[in-house]
Order: sequence, then structure tokens, then C-alpha cells
Amino acid sequence: MNTAATGAGTATTATRLIGVAALAITAFVAVSAFWLTPADAVQGESVRIMYVHVPTAWVAYLAFVVTAITSGLSLARRHRTLGFDRVAGASAEVGVLFMAMALVTGSLWGRLTWGTFWQWDPRLTTTLFLFVTYVGYLAVRNIDTDPQRRARRSAVLALLAVLEIPLVHFSVVLWRSLHQEASVLNPDGDVRLDGLMLFTLFAGVVAFSLIYVWLVLHRQRLAALADARITTGLDAAIAARRAEAASTSGAGA
Amino acid sequence: MTMDDIGFILTSWLLTLGSVAALAFATIRRAKRLASQVPDSAKPWI
Repeated sequence: MNTAATGAGTATTATRLIGVAALAITAFVAVSAFWLTPADAVQGESVRIMYVHVPTAWVAYLAFVVTAITSGLSLARRHRTLGFDRVAGASAEVGVLFMAMALVTGSLWGRLTWGTFWQWDPRLTTTLFLFVTYVGYLAVRNIDTDPQRRARRSAVLALLAVLEIPLVHFSVVLWRSLHQEASVLNPDGDVRLDGLMLFTLFAGVVAFSLIYVWLVLHRQRLAALADARITTGLDAAIAARRAEAASTSGAGA
Repeated sequence: MTMDDIGFILTSWLLTLGSVAALAFATIRRAKRLASQVPDSAKPWI
């Protein structure tokens, strides 16, 4: 009997709505970043990179914090379900992509503003270290092992890795850094952006956060499907073996 | 805006949005393939 579903993949009404909202807000951010907002008094035109650089970095932080929280929940309830572990893994995957984009766009911005793609500056170095840590986390998740053991092992790693985030964020304050201090969430509490620039940056954070939620919802369901396929395959193999054994014993009788 | 600026700014935007779109399309495509191989009971979101 074919028990496979005929329905489409991992989409639901909620993910479709999130997707449409994310596309609409991203379109607004692009129009505002290129045509509505002015050039910065200090950075000039390169400030237009900020509207993707800052949201990608913030969403990467968000993704890694979500990975830590769901990893903690996974450890606390490890014998019940792998659901939290799947969310942790999906969030880290998306976070690594966004962190990579933050590094690349930051490097391009640095070339325009500082005249170089890379400096071993405290912010850049700690961000690269954070990125490499989560690439390692994903590698640990891909070690072929029992799912419960994988969940336990990767959860411990996620809870340790998240401790790097405050170090990255405050690196510009703790050490002498070429990278500018935060324009919005800085220790002085000042907001060093005004009007439409601030609104566009905020909209960018909202847009990328929605994209993050959309991707995590789909990817954790994808992980559930991958696990289910293995279980379905095992069940089918056991049923086939039983049927084979029954026919052999029937023929021998 | 100089041509140099435009190149770097457009590259930043296109790389970011392009990589997100690529991951989204790859996810949807794989999900559709896997969904046809497992029963509905394994899809609590339906």
C-alpha cells in the first residue's frame, strides 16, 4: 500500500503569509535604501550596504540565541521528542548563512570605507571566530550517529558557542577597534541615525527576521521529513523481511 | 555615486538576497521531494 502523501512539502498558510510579508518589506527596504535615503555625511554612498549588513548580523545573533534556547529545551526534554533539536539545527543553518553574508557585506563595506577588505580587528576577528564555531556546530550535527546522542552533543556545543555573542557585540567597546561602535544599541543609549535611515534599517531588521522565521519553519519540517523517511524505510524493510520469512516457512510446510 | 561604489553596493545586495533565495528554493525543492516519500502522519503541520 502506498502511504505516501500527495500534498505539497512543508508550506502552510502561515508560512505563505510570512513569505509574502517578508518579500513586501524587503522590496520597500531596497527601494528606500537605493532611492529614498540620503548618502551618509561620513560614510557617503557606502552606507547603503549597511541596510543589508546590519540586519544580517543581527538576525545571525538571533538565530544563534534561538539555537541555544531550543538546545537547552532539547536537553531538558531529551527523551520526549527531537522537535527542539530540529529547530536548533535549522536555526543554526540559517544563522550561519546570515553570518557569512554579514562578513561578506562588511568586507565590501570595509573596502569602500577603510580601503581594505579585511583587517584583523577585534570585531572582525571575533565575528569570524563565531562563524567558524557554528560551522563546526553544523559539522558535529552531521556526524552519523544516533539522533538522541546527536541532539545531546550538539546542544552542549550550542550552549557554549552562544557565549561568544556578547564578546562579538561588545568587542568594539572592550578593545580599540577599527569598526565603528553600534549606531543604535550602544552603551551610551544614543541613536546615531535619524529619520528615514533609521526607519529603513529597522524595516530591514524586520524583513530579515521574517525571512529567518520562514526559513527555520521550512527547514525544521524538512528535518522532520528526513527523519520520517528513515523510519518509513526501516518499517518497510522490516515488513518486507517478515513477508519473506512467512512465505519461506509457508513453502517449507 | 561612483561606479566603484555602485559595484560594491550592488554586489552586497545581490549576494545577500541571492544566497537567501537559493537556500529558500533548495529547501522547498527538497521538501517537496521528501514529502512524497513519507506518509501524512509524519507531517503534523498539515
